[in-house]
Amino acid sequence: MFESLMYAMAALGGFALIAGLILAVASKKFHIEGDPLSDKIDALLPQTQCGQCGYPGCRPYADAVAAHAADVNHCVPGGERTMQAIADIMGVEPKTLDEEESAPMVAFIREDECIGCTLCIKACPVDAIIGAPKQYHTVIADHCTGCVLCLEPCPVDCIDMISKPELIEHWSWPLPDTERAHTGLERRESHQHD
Amino acid sequence: MLIHLSSPHIHGGDSIRSQMMSVILALLPAGMVSVYMFGWLAVFQITLCMTACLLTEWLTLKWMGRSTTPIGDLSAALTGLLLALTLPAMTPWWMTLLGAIFAIGLGKQVYGGLGYNPFNPALSARIILLVSFPMQMTSWVIPMHLSTAGIDLYAFSQAWSLFTGGAAALAQSIDAVTMASPLGYVKTAWTQGISVNDAFQAYHYSYLDAFIGREAGSLGETSALALLIGGIYLLARNTISWHIPVSFIVTIALLATVANSINPQHYTPPMFHLLAGGLMLCAFFMATDPVSSPVTPVGQLVFGIGCGILTWCIRTWGGYPEGAMFAVVLMNCAVPLIDHYCRPKVYGHAERKS
Amino acid sequence: MIKQFLNKLGISPSGFAGGIHPDMRKWTEQSPIQTCPLPSLLVIPMKQHIGHICSPLVGIGERVLRGQKIAKAEGYLSVPVHAPTSGTVIKIEEHAIPHPSGMGLQSIFIEPDGLDERDTSLAPMPDWQAQDVGALRERVRMCGIAGLGGATFPTFIKLVHDQKNPIETVILNGIECEPFLTNDHRLMVEHQDEVLHGMRIIMHMVHAQHGIIAIEDNKPDAIAAMQHAVNALDGTHNIRVLAMPTRYPQGSEKQLIEAITGKQVPAGKLPMHVGVLCQNIATTRAIYEAVTLGYPLTERVVTISGDAVPERGNMRVRLGTSMRFVYEQCGLTDFSGIQLLHGGPMMGERLRHPDIPVVKSSTGLLALQQELFKEAHPVEEPCIRCGHCSQACPIQLTPNLLADYSRNEQLEKAQDYHLFDCIECGACSYVCPSHIPLVHYFRFAKGQVAQVRREQQFAEASRQRSALREARIAREKEEKAAKRRKVRAKQTPVASADDATPQTSVKD
Repeated sequence: MFESLMYAMAALGGFALIAGLILAVASKKFHIEGDPLSDKIDALLPQTQCGQCGYPGCRPYADAVAAHAADVNHCVPGGERTMQAIADIMGVEPKTLDEEESAPMVAFIREDECIGCTLCIKACPVDAIIGAPKQYHTVIADHCTGCVLCLEPCPVDCIDMISKPELIEHWSWPLPDTERAHTGLERRESHQHD
Repeated sequence: MLIHLSSPHIHGGDSIRSQMMSVILALLPAGMVSVYMFGWLAVFQITLCMTACLLTEWLTLKWMGRSTTPIGDLSAALTGLLLALTLPAMTPWWMTLLGAIFAIGLGKQVYGGLGYNPFNPALSARIILLVSFPMQMTSWVIPMHLSTAGIDLYAFSQAWSLFTGGAAALAQSIDAVTMASPLGYVKTAWTQGISVNDAFQAYHYSYLDAFIGREAGSLGETSALALLIGGIYLLARNTISWHIPVSFIVTIALLATVANSINPQHYTPPMFHLLAGGLMLCAFFMATDPVSSPVTPVGQLVFGIGCGILTWCIRTWGGYPEGAMFAVVLMNCAVPLIDHYCRPKVYGHAERKS
Repeated sequence: MIKQFLNKLGISPSGFAGGIHPDMRKWTEQSPIQTCPLPSLLVIPMKQHIGHICSPLVGIGERVLRGQKIAKAEGYLSVPVHAPTSGTVIKIEEHAIPHPSGMGLQSIFIEPDGLDERDTSLAPMPDWQAQDVGALRERVRMCGIAGLGGATFPTFIKLVHDQKNPIETVILNGIECEPFLTNDHRLMVEHQDEVLHGMRIIMHMVHAQHGIIAIEDNKPDAIAAMQHAVNALDGTHNIRVLAMPTRYPQGSEKQLIEAITGKQVPAGKLPMHVGVLCQNIATTRAIYEAVTLGYPLTERVVTISGDAVPERGNMRVRLGTSMRFVYEQCGLTDFSGIQLLHGGPMMGERLRHPDIPVVKSSTGLLALQQELFKEAHPVEEPCIRCGHCSQACPIQLTPNLLADYSRNEQLEKAQDYHLFDCIECGACSYVCPSHIPLVHYFRFAKGQVAQVRREQQFAEASRQRSALREARIAREKEEKAAKRRKVRAKQTPVASADDATPQTSVKD
């Protein structure tokens, strides 16, 4: 009886050892070179360069997340979708965002009050404000990412954040108004792991 | 907030309730045969099982804090009816009750309710009962034997005492009134080395009896004729599609024919397989349970072929005499895989290499 | 009966997979086309086609004639818009259009003067056989013709004679498989010669060899009328009338091509890649009028039907007419408790109110009692995986699995299950016993995929702008540093000439 037990253990143990060896060799030999992790994460970020994550731009945040130095839920402009995608790549559980995801906004300069100081032009990370010293400045709405960085430098506080106008060409159907659709959405966004 | 309602704005009128109702109607012939054979006993079993299933669903839904309106879709009632038809007539009432609780509680609600169960609920309960109470689950009676023992199943009080009291209510020992099903008999004979023809003769097996239902078996499995009528009704109403029943039956018939022609003394002929045990019930009603079977036509064919192969193998070489229920539940395990690999060729992708 | 049996076996005698048989309710098929009177105000939206929005050409207070171009097409995928009658432009502002979002578009408001004077700048071309094919194509474009079957794809784009993808067969789509709608039916019965004439023009333009007029077999009078017209043709023509089995969505271009030619249009490609051109009956007649009479598109036939309309029928309506006005002509004035639909019930849109103008895509105006409508949108129950949706789908998708991925926003998985091959015909939702709004889920997922793509493109553009800005700042910094170096280099030789002298002399 004891003998057959020994034989069984030896056989199973031997199989496990061989299988493990094969897996180890395969993972080395057939390894695929992919993009570095921080490149992949940077590709998911919205490139607002707003600094809301606490890092000076999207690339530094991507680097930090890839190095496990930053959490996945700091990019507010990216919203739920970006956080889920980053969590997927990093293989961690999704977490609630730092702040509530808001509707897309763009900056708007009240030109009558603009003094032409160019401080907002210098602040914009994507050069979405055009103007010259002593001339009115204005925001190119199509280029504005809503990062809010231009509001603070303005000495006369003439910049407002307005909601991005919705174009009929970009309208899309929302989820059906049924209980099952709502329950699914709630579960996806609840992230009870916090 | 504006509510957006998408097209289409008309509907064909089908509902889950009407789907379930058509299956219940299809089981009516088999139900009538069972009442004809087993009298009040059949009525008690079916009623208890259906009621217990509905009650279990109601309780579990309440316990989970969900709305209890789904019991109106009749799916629990259908599971109860199907389960009752797979039970032996003399099943003690508490065993039937347990089966019903298992079927809905463990076979359906624990997975999330209707639409989420990976296994056929009635069959999973039947298997649990078979494995837990093998003795009672394989004790088959024929009413003719009971009447020689002086028990008339058409008499309410007698049937009631049998139902509630079980075998103890019988004045005589259980062996005198129970007998093996044809499958069980042939399997035992096979282990004893008796040839198929000799076994048939000793059992007084007749194909006609097996077709109409005058044989030992569970409440609903005996009459292949009644089940066939129900099956054809389902096909005509497009409640089920032909792929699973036809592939299931054809596969097992093919295997039995091949084996029988190689060694007729050892392997039973195909007609025997088709009429024996729960094959008809499983092929038309159990394997075609929409939730636990594949969605795509090719997938359904694969599913049916797998069921046929497994049924024949278990019946011929397995430890149990009846293999259909195990075969269906085993193939239920493979359904997500089948669904993934057997997708139909989408319009416009004819040249796609899968 | 036998056909249904064959269908169940999977052998489809009509030539395409799936399909459903809704109750057709062609209550207006015997009603002759009546002319809707001119309303007191016409509102013409700047976009009534697939493609770019048009820009207004007229100003407030200007008098326009019927058929005068009032908005010009922008870009290639666009067709101009014309005044439906003579009158005065009173304003140009946003107005509601038949769109599921409920949003509006810039529209030109015209007050008719009652004279209905036509603009005659486009000359009739009765001798079109002698005309250059390019000129004919330009005429079709200039007359603002878009697909009048409901899709409103700019027609001139399809009417091309391409050497690489020659068109062998022109199929006239007289199927009209949506319940209630009968406008193509009446056009074939009452204007068969004009429709046939238009078909011949199309065949000439694309150098096609064969012409097939496909009509569903529930329209025997239309079949007879078109056959009569074909028989009256002289000379060798290769046109024949083909009766097709009635099944929804037989009228879908892809399904019709598969049923007639046996070929499938490859995914992502167009019918011309299998040598076929499909055209709607109303569009064909519009081409006839545009070429032979010089009339731009200013009106269309609309079916007004439904169990809430007292006097159902088919009407010839000027584009821009308020739908409320059209309904009133048919006796419907009280809209409380009634559901209004634009188009057919299978693929049409729900209208929130009737104060929306009739546009090029208005094939039907339906009014349904609340009960009939509620049946289609009750509570969603769990999927029981019955597979009826798969059986009904003409594209052979697995709608229930696709809907699960769409609901859970698993967009890659949904695309893997061919989300974008769905034609949104609604056959799956129609048969679903659990009343799952399948098409709604697919539309949601398609919208999400489009949104993600847009966001990614915007992010990429932002990244480039940000990178360019950083490069510019670095360049400016470098230029400043180089300047400083130059200035310092200029200063130092002057100082070294007289080491003992203090630096103050440099300041002067």
